[in-house]
Formats: sequence, C-alpha cells, structure tokens
Amino acid sequence: MSAATLTADTPRKIQIALVGPPNCGKTTLFNTLTGGRQKTANYPGVTVERKSGQLRTPVGHSVELLDLPGSYSLRARSPDEAITRDVVLGRQTLEGLPDAVVCVTDATNLGQHLRLLLELRQLGRPLILALNMMDIAEQRGCQISIETLSKQLGIPVVTTVAMRKHGVQDLLGEIDTLLDQAPTTAGTATTDEWQEPSPDAIRAYHREVERLLKEAVIQEGAPERLTRQLDRVVLHPVAGPLILLSILFLMFQAVFSWAAIPMDWIDGGMAALQEAASARMVDSLLKSLLVDGIIAGIAGVVIFLPQILILFLFILLLEDFGYMTRAAFLMDRLMSGVGLNGRAFIPLLSSFACAVPGIMATRAIAHPLDRLTTILIAPLMTCSARLPVYILLIAAFIPNTTVWGGIGLQGLVMFGLYAIGVVGALLAAGILRLTVLRGNRQALLMELPSYKWPNPTNVLLGLWDRAKIFIRRIGTIILSVLVVLWFLSTFPGAPEGATEPAIYYSFAGIIGRGLEPLLAPIGFNWQIAIALVPGLAAREVAVAALGTVYALSGNEEAVTEALATTLASQWSLATALALLAWYVFAPQCLATLAAARRETNSWRWPAFMFVYLMALAYVAALVTYRVALALGGG
Amino acid sequence: MNVYTEQERQALEVGCLVKAGLTQPLGQMPQGSVGRILAVSGMGDHDVERGLLEMGFVEGACVEVLHYGLLGRDPLAVRINQSMTVALRQVEANIVLVGPLLDPTGPGTLSSQEQNG
Ligand SMILES: Nc1nc2c(ncn2[C@@H]2O[C@H](COP(=O)(O)OP(=O)(O)OP(=O)(O)O)[C@@H](O)[C@H]2O)c(=O)[nH]1
Ligand SMILES: [Mg+2]
Repeated sequence: MSAATLTADTPRKIQIALVGPPNCGKTTLFNTLTGGRQKTANYPGVTVERKSGQLRTPVGHSVELLDLPGSYSLRARSPDEAITRDVVLGRQTLEGLPDAVVCVTDATNLGQHLRLLLELRQLGRPLILALNMMDIAEQRGCQISIETLSKQLGIPVVTTVAMRKHGVQDLLGEIDTLLDQAPTTAGTATTDEWQEPSPDAIRAYHREVERLLKEAVIQEGAPERLTRQLDRVVLHPVAGPLILLSILFLMFQAVFSWAAIPMDWIDGGMAALQEAASARMVDSLLKSLLVDGIIAGIAGVVIFLPQILILFLFILLLEDFGYMTRAAFLMDRLMSGVGLNGRAFIPLLSSFACAVPGIMATRAIAHPLDRLTTILIAPLMTCSARLPVYILLIAAFIPNTTVWGGIGLQGLVMFGLYAIGVVGALLAAGILRLTVLRGNRQALLMELPSYKWPNPTNVLLGLWDRAKIFIRRIGTIILSVLVVLWFLSTFPGAPEGATEPAIYYSFAGIIGRGLEPLLAPIGFNWQIAIALVPGLAAREVAVAALGTVYALSGNEEAVTEALATTLASQWSLATALALLAWYVFAPQCLATLAAARRETNSWRWPAFMFVYLMALAYVAALVTYRVALALGGG
Repeated sequence: MNVYTEQERQALEVGCLVKAGLTQPLGQMPQGSVGRILAVSGMGDHDVERGLLEMGFVEGACVEVLHYGLLGRDPLAVRINQSMTVALRQVEANIVLVGPLLDPTGPGTLSSQEQNG
C-alpha cells in the first residue's frame, strides 16, 4: 500500500511501539493503555510476539499501539529480540517505521536500562522515555529530576506506574504533543544505516549513561533488601533445591486435596443432567447421541476444571512473585549437564501449563541448537491437558491412602509422573545434544528480577482466562470429536445374535480391533485403542472418548456410574500403569506439533518429534506393562 | 603534567593490580565479596563480550558475588552496581576480571558498606 492511495478522509493509522528492556512493564503499560489482556509476569521474556492494540489519545488521535518483546539492545541476540529490532528499524514488511517509540525503562534500574534508550535515540526518530515502576523507586527514596533528564536527552520524559491509569495520563499527553508537532514521516524513511554497536560503542553508551545519571539523579534509592534476604534462602545451594522440590510437591498435593469438593459438585451436576436427560427422552438415536455421546464424554472432562485451575494458580503466583528465574538458576547446573541453556528452564516450566506457549517462549533462547533442543523436549513436560488422564487413572487405581505420616499416595504418584516426564526430558535433551543436535553451547545471562507481591486481579484474570480456554476446548474440539466418535461407534449396528456390545461391531470397534494387535503387547484393549485415536488431536479428548466408549458399551447402570469406577472394574492395574506411562511420553497433541512447525519453519522437526516421542511412549508402556505383570499387577 | 592518555593510565593501573595479585576472575571471587570490574574481554569473541557488556558487566562497574550453585560453584548470581542481579555461568564469569574496590566513592559503590560474611 503506498501513501498515494490514501485520501484525506482515511487518515493513516498512527503506530506507536513500546520498546524497552525485558521485565520493565511494557505489557502492563500496554494493557492499561489499550484495555488489553496480554500476559504479564515477573520474569524477563514473557512477551515473545508483536501484539497490537488500539487506543485513543485525549486529543482524539486514534493510535495503534505495539507491544514488543523486551530487549537489552537493538543488536538482537534471540528470535524474540529480532522481532523488536525489526519493528524499530522498520524492517517489518508493509508497515514501515512506527511513528514514534515509547522507550519504557525500570526506574529502579536506570543505570542499566538507559543504554537502550541511547541506542534508540541514535536512530533520530520521535521518542518518548517512560520511567516506569516509579512507585517502587519512590518507595526506596529515589529522586530523579525529570526536567534535567529531558533536557539532557532532548526528548520528553514521563514517569509512570504501569498498572494505574492516572500514572499514564502524562504519557498520553506527551504522545499527543509529539503527534501534533511532528508531521509523521513514517513509511518514508528507513534506518538502513543502522549498524550493530561494537563492544567499544557499548562501553561509550555506558559512560554516557553514567554521566546522565550523575546530572539527573538527585537522590539514589536505597538498595533492595527484601529480595537479597529472600535470595539468601531461596538460592542457597542446599536449601534452594529443597524449596523448589517442596513447592512442586505441594503443588501436586494441592491439585488432589483441594479439588475434591468442587469436583464433587461438578460430578453431581453432570450426573443429574445425565439422569434428567435419560428420564425425559424416549429411547432413540438422538438420546444416545446426547446421553452416551455428548454428556458422558463431556462429564468425563469438565470435572477436571478445578484441578487445572489449582495448577494454574500455583504457576501464576510463582510467575508473578518472581520465582521462575530463581528456579532456572537452581536448575541451571542440571540443564548444562545435558547441554541445555539455563534459560531453557523457563519455557520448560511454562510447558507444565501447556507446551504451546512453552514452545513459543523458547524464542528468548539465543542459540538455535539450544532452542531447537528445548522445543523438542517441551512436550515431555507434563502439560495440564494430561491432568484429566492422570487423575482419572490415579483415582481409579491408586488407593486414597497416606504414606510416611500424612503424604497422600495419590499426590505422590502424580508427582512421580511429573518427575518421570522431567527426567525423560533431560535425558532426551542429553541424547539429542550428543547425536542429532551437536554443537557448542550458549552463554547464560539472565536477570533475576526483584520479588514482587502477586497482583490479585492479575492472578484472578489469569485463572479466568484459563477456565475460558478449557471450556472453549470442550465446546469446540472435544465436542466435535465426540459427535464424530459417537457416529463411528454407533454405526453400523450390531448384527443378529451379537454377543458383544454394539460398539464392538461399529466402525470405531473395527478400528479399535484393528489396532489391538499392535497395542496388546503394551496391555491396551480395543476400547483404549478407540480412545487413543481421537486422543491424538488433544490429550483430554481421550478421557472424553473413554467416557463415550464405555457409556456405549456398558449397561444402563454403567452410564451413570463414574468413569473411574467403570475402569477400575474393567482394567488390570498393569494396563492402567502402562497407559499412564504411555501418556507421560506420547505426542498426543496436534497444537504442539503445529507450534513446533511454526517455530522451526519446517515439518522436519515436528515429524522427528512425533516419531521419537511415539517410540518412547511405546517402549515406556511396554516396559511398565511387563514389569507390572511380572510383579503381579495382572 | 600528565604524559599518559586516560586509556594508558587505566591499562597501567590494571597492570599494577595484576602484578600485585589483587585481581581475580569474577567466577573465582569468594561468595559475598565485592570488587570493581577492570576488564571484560571476550578474547576475540565479540558476541560474548557484547553480551556481558549489555548486561552491565562493564569496566568500572561494582560487582558483588551473591550466590554460587551447588556443583562446581556454577552458575553464580552477581549484583551489579547495587541495582541489578544477573545469573551467569563460570565460563562467562571468568572473562570478567575484577580488582579491589579502590575508590569507595566511585559510581555505583556501596554507600553504606552493608556487608557480612
Ligand atoms: N510495582 C510496579 N510493578 C510493575 C509496574 N509495571 C509493571 N510491573 C510488574 O512488573 C512485572 C513485569 O511486567 P510486564 O508488563 O510483564 O513486563 P514486560 O516489560 O512486558 O516484560 P517482557 O515481556 O518480559 O519484556 C509484572 O509483575 C508487573 O506486574 C509498575 O509500574 N509498578
Ligand atoms: Mg511483555
């Protein structure tokens, strides 16, 4: 689109980019300014994509605001920083240069953060400096002369507290002033002349920052004490890893013990719904579709909402508190032992929630081989979609007792499954780095941010988002798979004189029985085989599918009976354990493969991922099944 | 009368400190100790050098080693100029040469020497 095609009454969109070092509050500011809901958290590298939002300035300019990944310099070291550089230098296709850049910095760390501003100023483009986190700076008694800083830099300077609306009014005012005075030249100029600064140029920037601060800082803030003191315990070589383990352990215990009551409510509600539906409707295909196909399947999955929310509550709190980088610090030695970048721990930890954002978060890893290894092992971290499968099988087969004075056995088994996933991931990384992905390693340079109290609204909104995502998945992918599955499981009907339930003779039954020889060595029956096929699309689908399969193959009581009870009576312990082992490794998620394809730009690596994970899953299930049988779990 | 340029004077100073055995690589400093960065040189590897510089490891900055990892004292957490804490590995830390905090009023030094063992 050229400027000539634009007429006066369709004014060109004004584009303003938020640029700054990681974790200085760009996304928080973006959310406040645009009313957006992008993810914020207290660790560097949260935003890894370019996000845009609309805002209207007090004067009435309509502005497209861009939130960008944080970057310590314009010399991009990692793929996420490259996105920022390309926007700032106008290298993005179509859009050209942003009309103005708002450089966001952490006022408590200006000594390090102003260097990026100087780099941006070199470009000679409209620029505003926002000193964010002013609340914390003031709390520490820090005083900065805004006038001096502004005069020295030759650009407008404002102070902000990103979460508070009134804190950003000044910024909006400055944006208006800037837009009104300078007719925008965006889209015409380029910054082709820009060159990566040499080491000595960076040193010169540092000296300039020091000079500026000497002029502008009236009173230096007191150094942060709380973070130091906490870190003395949290990063302690012995206590630190123990604390990390305890937190993870507590998390899985909580997933089991706190969720019991809300699960009962949901269970009761779904059972009532099922009964009401079967009582009101006459026997028909429609009734079968609704009661056996849809309600039975969905009841099997929706019940896990409380557990998923508890897991996310822990993750969100740890993220906002600032613990993620500490966990990465503690795990770094282990990670470097298997040839991984310590930075890889954060994407891996987010993969506990879901591998898709985890794989995207690898953009913060600079080295391509490190990044690829992390992408390939991310699906081994137990994501929240595995929770329904784990919990269903654990509830059905592991007695709800306590061991060693009060530790729930079920939570312990769950913890064990997570641990197997982590160990498997580390081993896989080590093997990959020694074979297909050989190469030298990348430096770890990671800022450890100050601890902050989690913001309750932020956490609640985060939970709400997760609940919505979960429900939406049930309403879309799971529901549609269930309808197809019901169809395949119902037609063709049973022949005359059939001895097995009708589903046995259906298309799904034929597929399941076809797969049975392949899956029999690992202890799976044809019902599991039927569930695994749609389970390739998304893991929870398998639980829903089992619900449908057993509802269709069971007698009338079995329909209203909880799925766990049905399974406990139909499967051997060895089969259940083998299925758990299968789920630790199996690549049962299309979205993950698609994300891997997006991030690696080829089908080669997702294909490789699928094959190696499948092989791992099969071997793990085989070994588990055989060992369990040998130990008498048949 | 000053016959040396600023850079030459600095190089001489570093030389004296090295001779006097007062310098050590960042990764070798005792936990809890403070010092001033004398040199950061990637030995030809500009990427590592720039990476360190961009995270604040620049000549003249004051550093304090806060924590070491359990195995092989790796990684380590370093506080720079009392404002930012950075985690890095031994390999990179040993590129940074640290000397004593000669000038206690220099930029970013501990205003109140709130140190303990
Ligand atoms: N006290 C205080 N906290 C803030 C302020 N701005 C942001 N935060 C917190 O700082 C943390 C980082 O904020 P983000 O908005 O995620 O930072 P970001 O710059 O987008 O980070 P990246 O996407 O990683 O580059 C979050 O925990 C915020 O709640 C502020 O003005 N005051
Ligand atoms: Mg962000």
